[in-house]
Amino acid sequence: MTITAEALAGRGRFPVLRDTWLLFRHDLGATLRQRVGLVFGATQPLLFLVLFGPIFATFGTWETLVPGLILQLGLLSSGMAGFGVVFEKRSGVLERMRVTPASRLALLLGRVLNNAVTLILQTLLLLAAGFAFGLRAPATGLLAGLALVVVLGMSLAALSYAAALTMNEQLFAPVISTVVVPLMLLSGSFLPMSMAPGWLDALSRLSPFRYVLEALRELFAGRYLTGTVGAGVAVTVVFAVVSLAVGTRVIGRVNA
Amino acid sequence: MIETVGLSKTFKGGVEAVGGVDLTVERGEIVGFLGPNGAGKTTTMRMLTTLLPPTSGTATVAGHDLLADPRGVRRRIGYVSQGGGINPVAPPARELELQAMLYGMRREEARARTREVMTRLDLAGLEDRPGGALSGGQRRRFDLAFGMLHRPALLFLDEPTTGLDPQSRANLWDHIRALRDEHGVTVFLTTHYLDEADALCDRLLIIDHGRIVAEGAPAELKTGGRTLDEVFLDITGRSLREEAGV
Ligand SMILES: Nc1ncnc2c1ncn2[C@@H]1O[C@H](COP(=O)(O)OP(=O)(O)OP(=O)(O)O)[C@@H](O)[C@H]1O
Ligand SMILES: [Mg+2]
Repeated sequence: MTITAEALAGRGRFPVLRDTWLLFRHDLGATLRQRVGLVFGATQPLLFLVLFGPIFATFGTWETLVPGLILQLGLLSSGMAGFGVVFEKRSGVLERMRVTPASRLALLLGRVLNNAVTLILQTLLLLAAGFAFGLRAPATGLLAGLALVVVLGMSLAALSYAAALTMNEQLFAPVISTVVVPLMLLSGSFLPMSMAPGWLDALSRLSPFRYVLEALRELFAGRYLTGTVGAGVAVTVVFAVVSLAVGTRVIGRVNA
Repeated sequence: MIETVGLSKTFKGGVEAVGGVDLTVERGEIVGFLGPNGAGKTTTMRMLTTLLPPTSGTATVAGHDLLADPRGVRRRIGYVSQGGGINPVAPPARELELQAMLYGMRREEARARTREVMTRLDLAGLEDRPGGALSGGQRRRFDLAFGMLHRPALLFLDEPTTGLDPQSRANLWDHIRALRDEHGVTVFLTTHYLDEADALCDRLLIIDHGRIVAEGAPAELKTGGRTLDEVFLDITGRSLREEAGV
């Protein structure tokens, strides 16, 4: 007896969506159970908020600082996402999944959506702490900002998986942390790039994250339909499409 | 069911693991793929199961072209890898249900089928135990469960019985024979146990240094009153001696 017609029909008309949902839901329990890891992943920006924020607030605003810390969180939390797949590769689970007819995009998205859940919870934690210190921003701006960061985070997670699957396992963590710090600084995460000298300002325009961060700051300030927001959204969308394409390709054909 | 032409794989760094394999497996056959360590068995299987892109050559697997329609191949095959694929931190039973659903079964059907396969492989009662807390043989039987879950028409088993106790091994042999006899399943398996190959397989292919060096039914290979072990050593040992220029 082989696969029945009914079984194939059960995959429905949108197998990518179905597979993604199945894989996402399967991992969700584990994602939500990792409370310690969730908080640990957010400690660095939280520490900046608590130990650096009050100094920053003497000459800047919380509405400038917190978006920077959210971006920092997104870069760190999503950048390290690839770790998970290293274990799945070692245990043979990834290969077992790759022999099933599940869509390759779904194999990636199921994981990436779980990273998104983690990032949302971490961002909410950071925002709550920010509010306690004096951050004030309109709900619409916060929600729009969150959406932007989550899409960016998912793209980064996809790239992180691609890196983890192609790179030497030992190199992965040091390389990611080395890459994240300059990207973070160049995006103007701590101080806006408008304060930087000309050459640094020019250099930072090469980092896609600068545009996202500037859009975040506008959104937190309650300005929605501006060129800066438009640029941030456009950069995020392009980045997402490219990252998901790269991630899907790599997860579909890892040789090792 | 399987037909390859000039299938080969050279890894980065120049290791020629498989060097031009032509093989044919008919529907409903149980074929044993034998060869010494490093001969290229696992590499061949990973190519045939769409996991590894061949360096050259073509293949049709379960009626679908390996390169043009990998998804069509995946739908119809099951694969138990040499190293297995058990998640140490989750109960394999949950992952069996997920995997059944990825093959298109609905939730209820996936649950029922998981129970059925687990019972068949003597795994009932282990529903809640995470993979890391299972014995080696239990894990291996779960690997087999993953491979057979969706009733594939063609089953690839890479050293399926390694680490199984004699009773589990006999049970698996029975199960493989039943799959073939009752459902016409084709089985392509590797093993280092030549008694197993002798007892279970209709036909054997022997590979050495990435090339098929002998082929035939166990009885055909055992010429001159030799045991299968002696035949195997003669074939693979001779090719080693030839290589050394003796
Ligand atoms: N990813 C890889 N990169 C480089 N060489 C590899 C890789 N995988 C396998 N090889 C080499 O290819 C050859 C064939 O390996 P393969 O795993 O196919 O052997 P096998 O016949 O399955 O052996 P065994 O009986 O030990 O399982 C070996 O020399 C092995 O070292
Ligand atoms: Mg092998």
